[in-house]
Amino acid sequence: MSRPPEPARRPRLGVWKFASCDGCQLTLLDCEDELLALAGRVDLAYFLEAGTADVDGRFDLSLVEGSVTTPEDERRIREIRAASDRLVTIGACATAGGIQALRNLADVGEYLGVVYAQPAYISTLATSTPIAAHVPVDFELRGCPVTKAQLLEVIAAFLVDRRPAVSGQSVCAECKARGNVCVLVAHGTPCLGPVTHAGCGALCPAYHRGCYGCFGPAESANPDALMDRLSGLGLADVDLVRLLRTFNAAAPAFAATSGRLAPEREPVP
Amino acid sequence: MTHRAGASRTLRVDALTRVEGEGAMYVEIVDGRVADVQLRIYEPPRFFEGFLRGRAHTEPPDITARICGICPVAYQMSACLAIEDACGVQVTGPLAELRRLIFCGEWIESHTLHLAFLHAPDFLGVASAVELAERDRPALERALRLKKAGNDLIELVGGRAIHPVNPKVGGFHRAPSREELLAFADRLRHARDDAVATAAWVAGFDFPDFEVDHELVALSQDDGRYPILGGRLVSDRGLDLAAADFEGAVAEEQVPHSTALHARLLERGNYLVGPLARYSLHHDRLSPLAREVAAAAGLGPVCRNPFRSIIVRAVEVVYACDEALALIDAYEEPDRPALDVPPRAGTGFGWTEAPRGMLWHRYDLDADGTIRHARIVPPTSQNQPTIEHDLFHLTEHHLADDDDTLRHLAEQAIRNYDPCISCATHFLDLQVVRRTSEPCGGS
Repeated sequence: MSRPPEPARRPRLGVWKFASCDGCQLTLLDCEDELLALAGRVDLAYFLEAGTADVDGRFDLSLVEGSVTTPEDERRIREIRAASDRLVTIGACATAGGIQALRNLADVGEYLGVVYAQPAYISTLATSTPIAAHVPVDFELRGCPVTKAQLLEVIAAFLVDRRPAVSGQSVCAECKARGNVCVLVAHGTPCLGPVTHAGCGALCPAYHRGCYGCFGPAESANPDALMDRLSGLGLADVDLVRLLRTFNAAAPAFAATSGRLAPEREPVP
Repeated sequence: MTHRAGASRTLRVDALTRVEGEGAMYVEIVDGRVADVQLRIYEPPRFFEGFLRGRAHTEPPDITARICGICPVAYQMSACLAIEDACGVQVTGPLAELRRLIFCGEWIESHTLHLAFLHAPDFLGVASAVELAERDRPALERALRLKKAGNDLIELVGGRAIHPVNPKVGGFHRAPSREELLAFADRLRHARDDAVATAAWVAGFDFPDFEVDHELVALSQDDGRYPILGGRLVSDRGLDLAAADFEGAVAEEQVPHSTALHARLLERGNYLVGPLARYSLHHDRLSPLAREVAAAAGLGPVCRNPFRSIIVRAVEVVYACDEALALIDAYEEPDRPALDVPPRAGTGFGWTEAPRGMLWHRYDLDADGTIRHARIVPPTSQNQPTIEHDLFHLTEHHLADDDDTLRHLAEQAIRNYDPCISCATHFLDLQVVRRTSEPCGGS
């Protein structure tokens, strides 16, 4: 009588945090309907918030949240990459540097002085950079925060070694599919939907506000053209720059346009 | 084993799990006495107060939400209150009630996350929620349902659970219809049942005898309701402050081992914010059901045992479900989703009760609404000296215990306060150093 086959080894998953708000890894814990099933299918080997911290051995898939902002981070991300078969960044911080990349446009020394009485105690880099600026990344999931469905899709896809089915089109496409009235055309509301990466399901227009770009630039986005259109609505350059400089300020397509509109580094007042 | 004079030992845990964010703990024992304790927070600073300068007065709700993915609503609401204060606008009526409603969702999801995923494993001798699921799956499934109800309530009012898009200065971008809210009432009634069962579950845990004497500090709303948004800051020792006076009464100081600033009340010292303080100061303002659940769980009207904070959180979840149901029942659709908040030059202050305690914002605006200066005091920086105080005394009382027991106790002492060090990355590791002041031969 033959022995039953060995149970397949459960893939090991690591969830790693760099400078961030915790929101993207929390999205995984917010998958309340799928979490226990997921925990049965994969070995959540390193996920500090969930209570596991097994750093030994290789990781089939590493999910990385947050941006690189300290010299120690630069070292740590290389170690994680070396120990991971696949590495996926989750969210705007890991993919574009996050809102803390606004420091890249300012003088960090002055920021330190604003917040801390004794800046010398603080170890920080002058920039907040995405993970891909330091190590090769297999896939970048957008969003501030990422959405549950896309996060589960990415995990499922990498565990069976296929590309995730995540659309690179703009929020406009999702907005039309949802049947929203266009807030830009109908109400003259400034909206980044035409240049912003899909994934949220056109949430803001459904709540009668303009998209604020938290998923970063869509593929082939043309922010210059959109900014011309928004100028026509009466927005001053300072307002346009603010629109582009939030959670994905350092994403190249947004940074190029905002840099043209505000060529000087903004002085800290 | 006992620790002979002359023995020198170092204990180290490289990653304390089940906290929101990562930091470090250092305990030094010299000649059998606790010499030093430090809750080390290696939070790479993200400089929110720096880059808020120069932004528009309409932006802080979206921007400051990103300080914390677990309690973004509290950041949004403190920001709105402070900016409206600066602009001389007061949001009342249905819009204020909607703010209270979305806040209830945040208390439900945040408290349930902490009590079931992060805190309960300490009492049940398991390392993680995953292990807890193997041991008591129904309890964890119930907690997951409850947490989901909290998240869905935030989503209903705010558009999404993490970093809601709907709140804005002056109110909301879109006010929900009465039908939309009423359709959620059934979910909330089930959630309330789950919350009552969860409170009974945690009440059955074993709790060490440990009482603290900290000054208990929480907001007090003048409408007599349990504190969530605005009001005055009061304590069990006579503190009574308006939001504008908080800055003058508290000193934030920087210590070398933390990127979070430590806050102390001037001439009063350490204090405690969060569920224990809210409950102990305002027990009589809870709903009848929440008071009943508290009594059944063995809580008196005051709770000074931080280990029992897990019960207090469960009681607050019952209250939040009850309160959300009452708010939905009484909801009348506002005429407009938001009040106009035209900018003016000035300074504004706002505070709310984040799940972990009082969260204070201040903004100085130019006449055109440009932010000149921003300052934020989050609950964890207020509780950090208090956590260190507890660690000191707990460690001192348990010096005879072996290192593993001591380490576990110290980790628990941290988790009791649900420190929200997730605003940025930290590395929480525990080091216990036992050494003597005399040179010694052995090691």
